[in-house]
Amino acid sequence: MKRFSWDELMNRYPALFAILLLVVALIINFILQPNMFARDTLNSNMRVFLPMILLAAGQAIVILGGGIDISVGGIVSIVNTILATQVGLNGSPEKMWTYVFVSLGAGILAGAINGFFIAFLRLQPIITTYATSFLYVGFALFILPNPGGGIPAAIANVYRNTTPLGLPLAFYVIAVVLLIWMYVRSTRFGNYLYAVGGNAEAAYETAVPVTWVLFSTYVVSGFMAALAGIAITMLSGSGNAEIGVPMTLTSITAVVIGGTALSGGVGGVAGPVVGAITLGIIQNIISFSRIDTWWETFVKATIIVVALAAPGIINLLRRKKV
Amino acid sequence: MRRFSISPPVAAILLAIVLFLLSGFLPNGFGNDINVAIAQATNIVRLAVFLGVIAAGQTLVIISGFEGIDLSAGSVVTLTAILTYVTVKGEDDKVLLALLISLSVGALIGFINGLGITFLKISPFVMTLGMSGVVTGLIIIINHGNVSGKVAPIMTRLIARPLSPDIPIPNAIIIWIIFGFLMWLLLERSTFGKHLFAIGVNRVTAKLSGVNVTATNLAVYSLASALAGFGGFLVVGNTGVVFIALGQPFLFPSIAAVAVGGTLLSGGKGSYWGTMAGAIVLTLITSLLTTMQMPDSVRRMVLGATLLVMISIYGRQRGFRQ
Repeated sequence: MKRFSWDELMNRYPALFAILLLVVALIINFILQPNMFARDTLNSNMRVFLPMILLAAGQAIVILGGGIDISVGGIVSIVNTILATQVGLNGSPEKMWTYVFVSLGAGILAGAINGFFIAFLRLQPIITTYATSFLYVGFALFILPNPGGGIPAAIANVYRNTTPLGLPLAFYVIAVVLLIWMYVRSTRFGNYLYAVGGNAEAAYETAVPVTWVLFSTYVVSGFMAALAGIAITMLSGSGNAEIGVPMTLTSITAVVIGGTALSGGVGGVAGPVVGAITLGIIQNIISFSRIDTWWETFVKATIIVVALAAPGIINLLRRKKV
Repeated sequence: MRRFSISPPVAAILLAIVLFLLSGFLPNGFGNDINVAIAQATNIVRLAVFLGVIAAGQTLVIISGFEGIDLSAGSVVTLTAILTYVTVKGEDDKVLLALLISLSVGALIGFINGLGITFLKISPFVMTLGMSGVVTGLIIIINHGNVSGKVAPIMTRLIARPLSPDIPIPNAIIIWIIFGFLMWLLLERSTFGKHLFAIGVNRVTAKLSGVNVTATNLAVYSLASALAGFGGFLVVGNTGVVFIALGQPFLFPSIAAVAVGGTLLSGGKGSYWGTMAGAIVLTLITSLLTTMQMPDSVRRMVLGATLLVMISIYGRQRGFRQ
């Protein structure tokens, strides 16, 4: 009888695995890129990771509630195309603000559509959000059929180069997200969320407003996806309707390696945030290791699959030992 | 207690007929000419063959339940089409070898999917989506910018041409009818089929009644990807050219076709003949949109909306208040 068994630690701190992975990834990255903790490098890395961090936080809420949101990438695409076509390369900051709010509204609306079909019509989350992802990417393509447009460089630079007190903007955003999450978890809604994700039927029996809790998780996810869309647009400065498509699977992977189970009700938001950073660093390592360009897609995809498999492999190994 | 007096496959066929008749009223439709109408209808069914074969594997994994789905089908189609193309190199006697390679490469990919899903407990959606990325990576490595190859004359003769100059029935349709009969045997008249439906309804009861759930699940995913591989072989035989995005456009319609055919997306209930009808409906919708010169964006939105409507009709889960 070990006093601190791995199981116990993992149960108490679901983000532990993600943090371990992060440390390993950081060390490898540091060997390949010794200046990675310099102020500029740190900022240029963190601003690239931020969109995925926001997306993973939203995805985590949905997955905690027992669902999944395949449409987040589509929402990112919609927001990106709205900003790139409506603000334009010569737009004013006021225009940018207006369309930032329009974008957030679009994200909430898209999330509400998902939530309506899943919570009120009781459809399966995976297939419903897969269908709406096609709707959303289609809509983004409708707004911007070919890559182009953009936002003014001056506005993009606000996102790229703001470093209050010498720390990257992303640090502050992450802190705010985690503080809000810590507050939410302590509220009644937080308890409801875990109850619904753990066992929706039982939650319903104990008078938890299951339908509304489910609905709200998709609205939150849509909102976070819109924030991610705004961040990635300010990062790239340009528009592309397909920009969000590959982000969906990455956001799910971030949640999984962050120790939040896809079955729902277990985990939190901090783990997925760490998971998103870890995936970003792995991406860095790949680009620094100078692998053949032809092999890059294969290597990245294989790492994603291995990351998704990691919790399963650990479970399998542990069961063998007992 | 039945809400619908007609079965979903019949409804799908009726929908196809109504859509087809409506298409006659389009400016460049068939109008009053019965011969043109027959030729157009034949062509639609001929085009539906490829979607239908690819959707066969999708039908199997969806019937197997547990949120079963195969998102790697699209990239498997591309991979086996390219493999066929480079293996055959225009020689008739290499066609059987190419077919064998297509089926076994597909089966291997499916087997890996199955391993991840059964042993590592990765959700099928996430596992196959991850696998799709890996296969796309493989395609890029093999393709290396461009591939040299050629389909054999016998493939064109057997897949793309009509039966004989006097009988204008395309061979592809004959292949589909035989294929459909084999699928019917597999689903309705084989032990495997019985086990498949059993695990789709309830894995626990299936296991208790002596079904080897693990083996059946592995077999289902292997077979599904092998069928996608066969689809790739057929597609390249028909078009005679390969490119990286060849298979992806089949993916979403293959799932929608299964849904339109009345196969429950929660598993345990469905038929291949429903999927055949669904494939015809989907092909009709796509070609209608093409005739109306709708852009890709509208096509995607219509496909997304179609799936959403179909799951709203067939896919409702039990409500909490029961």
